[in-house]
Amino acid sequence: MAPALPRLLSAGAWPRPLRLHVLQAATPGPARPSGRTLGSAAAAAVSDPQAGSDLQDRVLSEPLKHADFFNVKELFSVRSLFDARVHLGHKAGCRHRFMEPYIFGSRLDQDIIDLEQTAVHLQLALNFTAHVAYRKGIVLFVSRHRQFSHLIENTARDCGEYAHTRYFKGGLLTNAPLLLGPGVRLPDLVIFLHTLNNVFEPHVAVRDAAKMNIPTVGIVDTNCNPCLVTYPVPGNDDSPPAVQLFCRLFRTVISRAKEKRRQVEALYRLQGQEGAEGRGPADPALPGTQASLDAGPSL
Amino acid sequence: MAASCVSCGAVVSQRLLLRPRVSLAPRQVLWRAAELQSVPGPQILRLKHVTVVTTKKNVKALRRETYTVDFIKKQIEEFNIGKRHLANMMGEDPETFTQEDIDRAIAYLFPSGLFEKRARPVMKHPEQIFPKQKATQWGEDGRPFHYLFYTGKQSYYSLMHDTYGKILDIEKHKNQLQAKGLFSEKDKTTDLIGSRWLIKEELEEMLVEKLSDQDYAQFVRLMERLLQGGAAGEFVQSFRRSVTVQSEKQPIEPVQHDAQGMAFSTSEGRRKSAKAEAVVYEHGNGRIKINGIDYLLYFPVLQDREQLMFPFHFLDRLGKHDVTCTVSGGGRSAQAGAIRLAMARALCSFVTEEEVEWMRQVNSFAHIWNDVSRSSTAMHSNLPHKSSFRLDCSRLIRASANGRSRARREPAGSLPGRSAEYCQERRGRVHLRVANTHQ
Repeated sequence: MAPALPRLLSAGAWPRPLRLHVLQAATPGPARPSGRTLGSAAAAAVSDPQAGSDLQDRVLSEPLKHADFFNVKELFSVRSLFDARVHLGHKAGCRHRFMEPYIFGSRLDQDIIDLEQTAVHLQLALNFTAHVAYRKGIVLFVSRHRQFSHLIENTARDCGEYAHTRYFKGGLLTNAPLLLGPGVRLPDLVIFLHTLNNVFEPHVAVRDAAKMNIPTVGIVDTNCNPCLVTYPVPGNDDSPPAVQLFCRLFRTVISRAKEKRRQVEALYRLQGQEGAEGRGPADPALPGTQASLDAGPSL
Repeated sequence: MAASCVSCGAVVSQRLLLRPRVSLAPRQVLWRAAELQSVPGPQILRLKHVTVVTTKKNVKALRRETYTVDFIKKQIEEFNIGKRHLANMMGEDPETFTQEDIDRAIAYLFPSGLFEKRARPVMKHPEQIFPKQKATQWGEDGRPFHYLFYTGKQSYYSLMHDTYGKILDIEKHKNQLQAKGLFSEKDKTTDLIGSRWLIKEELEEMLVEKLSDQDYAQFVRLMERLLQGGAAGEFVQSFRRSVTVQSEKQPIEPVQHDAQGMAFSTSEGRRKSAKAEAVVYEHGNGRIKINGIDYLLYFPVLQDREQLMFPFHFLDRLGKHDVTCTVSGGGRSAQAGAIRLAMARALCSFVTEEEVEWMRQVNSFAHIWNDVSRSSTAMHSNLPHKSSFRLDCSRLIRASANGRSRARREPAGSLPGRSAEYCQERRGRVHLRVANTHQ
């Protein structure tokens, strides 16, 4: 039977990871006066960052109060996974030991993946992806399967994220300032459509992302090692319909999350303005507040 | 575990940067402040070579000289203003001051005797001086602009992606036509003759990225595959360069007529130090006269006569022409070769164009035989003999060690050619400590 949903999703309370603070620092808010400004600017500066960060806090904490804020459940069903041949694994000889919990059984020596578990894991993975995209994280699609390289790059381009389906240079994640330029921002999520490379070994990026504390989502087939992947999704990664389904799901989820972010920001900005206008005539002694709310973080 | 958050901004990345790289930074020479001696009279200033290990800040700058867009713009403005000043100085019109005028003016104002042309003072447009570089690849929020940024070679892979997309489109189109039964094997336009693919350096320049040989080979293969699929469009043409047509037209001498009305044609030929001029008559018996002497007597050796025979033998006109020629210089073999060349050229006037092309392909007109007299390593040919190098080097070193030589601004000026490097190689690491005497 389906395992109980981990407590992360069920409860609304999401223990704030350190990454949240990091992202806050990374994304530039309104031009906040630095600590060095002196004089009259100091007075206005006091109210400005507080109001700005309040809005920011509300925007970011809103999705965490709901179990499935982005409603990813409706995007797929066990039936649709079955139709896309996601349940088909490799032959029993190729089976990886750590994939045994996810395998339903074996038919004529071919492993069949348990789609009930896949559905659960896929929902977790899509939800996490949506949250990362909502918080304006960088998503990197990685795969080394030449058959689907074009499709994956198109997927990444369509949802405004990044792809790497080419030869993976050694220190790309671990030595990024040297390879990509000083001050580069690393991806906040790496999605593996294929965990193995062309010689059927685990992709180097799985290990490197784990080293750099970057969460990973990965489609793991019966011959893959799910250990280092943060959100493994057991499923078929060799059939075109399956890979197309996964690409479509990720694209939809990311676009939805970004759209939702825009809506929520607009909503809160409007509410803030209305609130300020409502208070305005009664409280003319706080012009700074209104100005700051109007200026509001356009993130 | 979440402590070292790498995805944040400058602070951490700096920490990563600063870690080890105090590398062998280029040594900087510093003039030490002259230690003024208390004794009045002539002071001796000594130049000491001092190695300064550059601080960590400089290492970052030295490794990657990034020129910002503003910097380049400023340089361009300065260049334009400087150009006008220069024109005024030379008394010319600033409006019509071209780059050649600039070069001439600079050569006039700053004459330099340096052998290395690239070391001479130069004033060119900044775009030719500063290497083309990519602007910063990401925006304020740190998100890169290009969706393939994390591959490292975004332009190249983007090009490959687009090319593959085109191949897929062509195949899909072909499948649709075939399904409808409208597909026909159209003749592929052969507009590829006379053009070649970009070479690797040209492609690197176009993409502003370094490529490996495998990358380049893969690119060419993909392009070929695209060509197979369909007609070459503008997209493919942008990666082809025209090749200058190889068949240089051999100038055909005009046929002249002499007093008796006999048609003939004259031509010259040279081989090594021998010069020959041949007059080939259109109709004849195959007699050849050289300097008034019959060829059998002039060239007793069979090999030379075979050389004379060749142009006629190739065109199957062995006994059909008479030749009168004059030759001077060189040895017997060189003279034979010179006459052969002259005859081949003269024969062109009596022969069809196709046969001229054949003769060109057989190198009848080419003059690229090995000149054994000149050594192939031409660099050394003008320089004095090897042994004199050693003498000069040792003299220089001895002189400098004694401290008697005057430091020269241009060390290459005293000795010819590459003697400085030669000394370096021969003597190992030579540390020259040159004292600047100053009276």
